[in-house]
Amino acid sequence: MNTKYIKQLGISAVMAMSVGFASSSHAEGMKVAIIAPSASNDLAFTQSIVDAVNVLKDEYKLEIAITDGTFVVDDAAAAIRAYAKQGYDVVIAHGSQYGGSLKEIAPDFPETAFTWGTSADTFGLPNVSSYEAKSNEGGYVMGVMAGAMTKSNVIGVVGPIEVGDAKLYVDGFVDGVEASNADAKVNVNYIGSFGDVALSAEAGKAHIANGADVMTGTAQMVVGAVGAARSENVAWFGTQANQTKLGKKIVVASQVYKWEVVLRTIFDDAKAGKLGGEMHEITLANGGLVMEFNDDYSLDADAKAAGEAAVAGIIAGDIKLGE
Amino acid sequence: MSDVITTTVIVATIASGIRLATPFLLASLGEAIGQRSGVLNLGVDGVMLLGAFASYYVVLETESIWLGVMTGILTGLLMGLFYAIITVPLRAEQGVSGIGIYLFGLGMSDLLFQKLVGTPLPIDQFSEWHVPLLSDIPVVGEMFFQHTPMVYIAFLLVPIIAFIINRTTFGLSIRAVGESPESADSLGVSVPKVRFATIMAGNALAGLAGAALAIELGIFQQNLTNAMGFIAIALVYFGAWRAPGVMAGSLVFGMVGAIVLQAKTLGLIPRSASDIAAMAPAVITILALIIVANRFRQPAALTKPYVRGD
Amino acid sequence: MRSYLIAASIAIASVAAALAVGAIMLLALGANPIDGYKTMFTAAFGSADGLASTAVKAIPLMLVGVGICIAFRANVINIGGEGQMVVGGLLATSVALALPNAPAVVLLPLILCAGIIGGAFWGSIPGALKAHYNVSEILSTIMLNIVAVQLMNFLLRGPLIDPGEIERGTRIPQTARLPEAADLPMLSETLNLHSGILIAIAAAIGAWVLLWRTGLGFRLRSVGLNPAAARYAGIPVKRNIIIAMTLSGAMSGLAGAILVFGSESHRMVTDGSTMGFTGSAGFNGIVVALFGALHPLWTIPSSFLFGGMLVGANSLQRVAQVPSALIIALNGLIVVFVVSTEWHRKRLQNQVQTQASQKNENEQSASDHGNAKS
Repeated sequence: MNTKYIKQLGISAVMAMSVGFASSSHAEGMKVAIIAPSASNDLAFTQSIVDAVNVLKDEYKLEIAITDGTFVVDDAAAAIRAYAKQGYDVVIAHGSQYGGSLKEIAPDFPETAFTWGTSADTFGLPNVSSYEAKSNEGGYVMGVMAGAMTKSNVIGVVGPIEVGDAKLYVDGFVDGVEASNADAKVNVNYIGSFGDVALSAEAGKAHIANGADVMTGTAQMVVGAVGAARSENVAWFGTQANQTKLGKKIVVASQVYKWEVVLRTIFDDAKAGKLGGEMHEITLANGGLVMEFNDDYSLDADAKAAGEAAVAGIIAGDIKLGE
Repeated sequence: MSDVITTTVIVATIASGIRLATPFLLASLGEAIGQRSGVLNLGVDGVMLLGAFASYYVVLETESIWLGVMTGILTGLLMGLFYAIITVPLRAEQGVSGIGIYLFGLGMSDLLFQKLVGTPLPIDQFSEWHVPLLSDIPVVGEMFFQHTPMVYIAFLLVPIIAFIINRTTFGLSIRAVGESPESADSLGVSVPKVRFATIMAGNALAGLAGAALAIELGIFQQNLTNAMGFIAIALVYFGAWRAPGVMAGSLVFGMVGAIVLQAKTLGLIPRSASDIAAMAPAVITILALIIVANRFRQPAALTKPYVRGD
Repeated sequence: MRSYLIAASIAIASVAAALAVGAIMLLALGANPIDGYKTMFTAAFGSADGLASTAVKAIPLMLVGVGICIAFRANVINIGGEGQMVVGGLLATSVALALPNAPAVVLLPLILCAGIIGGAFWGSIPGALKAHYNVSEILSTIMLNIVAVQLMNFLLRGPLIDPGEIERGTRIPQTARLPEAADLPMLSETLNLHSGILIAIAAAIGAWVLLWRTGLGFRLRSVGLNPAAARYAGIPVKRNIIIAMTLSGAMSGLAGAILVFGSESHRMVTDGSTMGFTGSAGFNGIVVALFGALHPLWTIPSSFLFGGMLVGANSLQRVAQVPSALIIALNGLIVVFVVSTEWHRKRLQNQVQTQASQKNENEQSASDHGNAKS
């Protein structure tokens, strides 16, 4: 392809604008490609990386290409390979299911910096770095608050399949509840799907029927469970992106992934010629994980204080979280 | 066990099963009407998605739930008209053109959503409507008579559709066209007219199913239906093309799903087996059909385009 | 010859009509339709690289499509390709994991057989249910797809998970890198083209031989054309229904195995859905088969066409940032437009044939069988 296209990144995203310009004109900038499994505006996993790259766009003079909605693993592999061939400086494979392919592709393109997540594995390759969210930290903090808030002592969790980032988050949340309220019972329901919104809504309703007055959940299909919480006025904790938009009256707080913290390091390294080898993580301590509260929700002062104490404790290392 | 499975839990589970069954029921009823007249539509899921998006968008913009429902029906009608033109006068192969409709709906609903909405924003949801008197009956009232309006509409359609198909002249025409279009034609029944009517009505119900889903959930996202439309088609075969049978199928599928969810919530199913448990609705639907032993035969002219005088 | 020209031109006209609608959609999205289509075509067919990608995409479509041909010829509708691919992939993966040190000469045939057996088993269930319990294969295949995806999720996050995933605590639901002896041999390293395409073409030829050159094929087709007559002629209808579904499943299962061992990652991984593994090939294969007039050999070009469309769509998204949703919608329109003209195409074709009174036997049988389904 001689004609290059750059992405017009606006609120509506995904719109295309074809601008032909010579490939030499971005000498000082960088070309970054993202391959991600769901929609760029999913208010969850994919949006977190797209937002982060956009934050850094001006600072690093980025030329950005996004292939989103790539749930087919082989299609993602083809996209990773194609971006590398087209000379992108950094290729971000944003999905833990893409790692196996990346491991095979990266050695063919020693000049390209690949990074992927969430994972803690660089396969010992010099041009692959990985990134991971310590989502159990935010999960723990929100669990602590949930434990302090609940009146019924029943808390509901809706998860997809017990794997990866979802499991890490849910396990952290359950630990947090246990730490703050030994009497509270956490019902965890892995519904067996990342995509079944209707089932996730019913899982939320099942929690509520069993007395849950605080809920959380993770993955794309949680919009269903949030809807159940909204119609029954049950408090909700979000993760991966700020979910306040999904329920202004019920979302207490969200754990937001600020990947720009690690991407900055990855981009700086790439500029300096260091293409990989590092495992990065976002944590509460390095500012990659941020608790964003919903100002419209009148959160009990004690619960908020408990949450803030937990954040401080995790940052200071006083609270140790199991792996 | 008995201290965990209380009356409250049983009531909640049955109510949940009814809710889960509702979109399947609406879509299956629509598919059953079409198939009774000899037309298979594998595109239900695509029409559901378009209906879901259209109603979601209208509710988002106008905040009127019922306007949204009407839009869902209208979308279905339009898609029905499209499908009827393809399959009746143009005589397209029904299996594959239905898949075309599905792909079109899957892509188009997502594209429109990305262009017109972008980030998923919640919309107003249905509120429950308690049936006067009946909803006050202990236990039973809570299970069956404290639902959102769409649930009542879906279940009321069962006797209505059964009546139309079995007891009216139009219903007789539908069955005749589905069994033997040649004889129907010779008796003066217009095969194309009947099929246009059934296809459009069936698709309108698919659109309504999509609307019911989007407004019940209060949200739209890419592939919201998650292949529900295909399960709805399967349930038509479960119900042997008869409205009460289709209802039974939807209830079996929805109810088993609700029981599994409830059991997981209560921790009765170990997490290591949660995937195995999620198989239950599909497995039990097959087993139920084996046990009931379906002796009905499919409409003789199903999937066969009618060519006069050939 | 003239009949084929007419048929071909109507088919091309209907594709063109769909592309015209697509062009309007592209314009509405602010993209240049000519550039867009050029990008798609170049990516899919414009270079050796592109052709190789198209071939790789065509493999599962072709195999599933060939299986669909066999089932449809016996008048059985197999919508269970997705599930059969998953089970075939799982069984082949398990065999490879169980034999980490086996040499390629042993392992390669074994994993392909395992894929065939897994798919055949999953396909035989709806066959048996239909034959013995009158359970519609449409119902059972759709339901068994749901069962298969949960089976995959259970196995990949449990018994088959890469032990490294547990050690690191990342718990990605995937197997370890499968033994290298089980990697499908590459036809070209630079083009990234593996030998799966040869297996698929061989399967298509094999299916053609089976259907038109063997007694079993004759019986399957008889059952499909007229079950009552077949029964009268002493052909066991039930058994042939089971055989048709089993063979159809076997093809999908083989496709699943090839997907695993020909993948970039050389491991099986799940994103929780069947589509993440199959890319909906179990489903698109139906379209491919019907486009190929339910003839195994015509399935070969048909699968290349659709494979190319998928490759082009991905490239269009990558290069012009056009949402892939547009291409899905466009694919749907192409399917609808082409099948809508099919009947008229065949009628014209028949007219021309009668006029010229050329009774080439092969041609005749091909068009007869095409008509049998519609």
